[in-house]
Amino acid sequence: MAPVSELLVDIRLKRFPAVGQAPTVIAIQSLQFTVRSGEFVCLLGPSGCGKTTSLNIIAGLDRDFEGTVALPRAADRPRPVIGYVFQTPRLLPWRTVEENIALVLDPAQARSGIVDELLKATGLAEFRQTYPERLSVGMARRAALVRAFAVSPDLLLMDEPFVSLDESTAERLRALLLEIWQARPTTVLFVTHDTREAVQLADRVIVLTPSPAMVQSIVAIDTPRRDRAAPDVAERLRRLIMPAAPAASA
Amino acid sequence: MTATRLAGAWQRLLSYGVLLLLWELASLGADPRKLPSPQIVAGVLIDAIADGSLPYHIGVTLGRVALSFVLAMAIGVALGIAMGQRPRLDRFFDGWLVLFLNVPALVTIVLCYVWFGLVEAAAIAAVALNKIPNVIVTLREGARALNRDYLEVAEVFRLGRAKTLRHIVLPELFPFIVAAARSGLALVWKIVLVVELLGRSNGVGFEIGTFFSLFDVAGILAYTIAFAAVIQLIELALLRPLERRANQWRR
Repeated sequence: MAPVSELLVDIRLKRFPAVGQAPTVIAIQSLQFTVRSGEFVCLLGPSGCGKTTSLNIIAGLDRDFEGTVALPRAADRPRPVIGYVFQTPRLLPWRTVEENIALVLDPAQARSGIVDELLKATGLAEFRQTYPERLSVGMARRAALVRAFAVSPDLLLMDEPFVSLDESTAERLRALLLEIWQARPTTVLFVTHDTREAVQLADRVIVLTPSPAMVQSIVAIDTPRRDRAAPDVAERLRRLIMPAAPAASA
Repeated sequence: MTATRLAGAWQRLLSYGVLLLLWELASLGADPRKLPSPQIVAGVLIDAIADGSLPYHIGVTLGRVALSFVLAMAIGVALGIAMGQRPRLDRFFDGWLVLFLNVPALVTIVLCYVWFGLVEAAAIAAVALNKIPNVIVTLREGARALNRDYLEVAEVFRLGRAKTLRHIVLPELFPFIVAAARSGLALVWKIVLVVELLGRSNGVGFEIGTFFSLFDVAGILAYTIAFAAVIQLIELALLRPLERRANQWRR
């Protein structure tokens, strides 16, 4: 695989114009950070602080902002390839699991066997012909994960992909995510409001201020991921990220 | 499900039977030239099938229906999606749409014949023009409600316009397309008959015009029943299965 450059984000201002009675909202003000190639970074902030907005700007879905975003890109690719796992799976209900994934692939990727491999790794192999409405919530999230990894993204964006799941399902999906990511390394920007989730997943955590979003602190986590599960380690890391937070709170 | 469908079929058969019976009763007291009995009409129908005239005229009319239907659907779907997704385009053309919706079919037909002559193309265009506004209105409604979530998926994964249209927009709009097609078929074939009556020398509409001048009610009824049956058959054999197939993903 050709070397991949890094993600440079410099959003100077993102405003949502006034609509009816609602006043103009400044969602993001001076948000600058970098994600190195192959790094797993969590963007941590309270709900409604502008995390999704910044992901949408980075993904190119929202072009109405001041600033610049430089996407990471493999040297042998004409333009960066992005994988996005949304807050809800967003699988097309009229296409089977397999067809949903095939839709986003180019012909070479479709032939490469990557889909089979990922479906097997996520335990979805038997459900490839299944329509999304017949999948369980957890399975639908796994299918969305497969879709995002199947394009071999230069940058993987994840917007609280495991929110509103029961904790044991979310836990399994986080482990699965790390497993796939270690087998297919890529640059990841993972948005969450859950400090425990960030502790478990990230190489670095970028903590955002409440709205408008700015970088409050950046915390590197050097502890190997397998050692982070221990309660005392987890608690220490959590305090490292959120010094002001009371003990044992999320 | 099959049991209820079977029951539905029986009910329908029964309701047609009652209608036939009412017709029979009504014809007993009426002048047979004004309201011939079902048996007389059936006789005319069989004769017309046997001498090949009915299949020929129905074939010609069906060809016109198919052509103008496809034309109206293609143009109407394209314009409907465009107007549903682009508010500025919608605001500009909305006035035109209201105007065209309210132009009587007869006016469009007469104008098309005056401007383009009594030719096949004018006939097809007149029918299509009558139907296009209805298709636009239906599809515009659907396109306004398109789910942003799926369009964002298409954008992030760079599907491109063609793939997005084919695999996301059109499947999502499918119920609206079927609705437009259903009402479209019903409207189009009726207008085709008028077009044929006014400016063509074959087809069911032309034949009915001839029967009218001969005061042949039995002929009119025979052709109407035959043609309505054919349209019903198309609906059952083509549109319904298509709809079922496209909806198989629903739980």
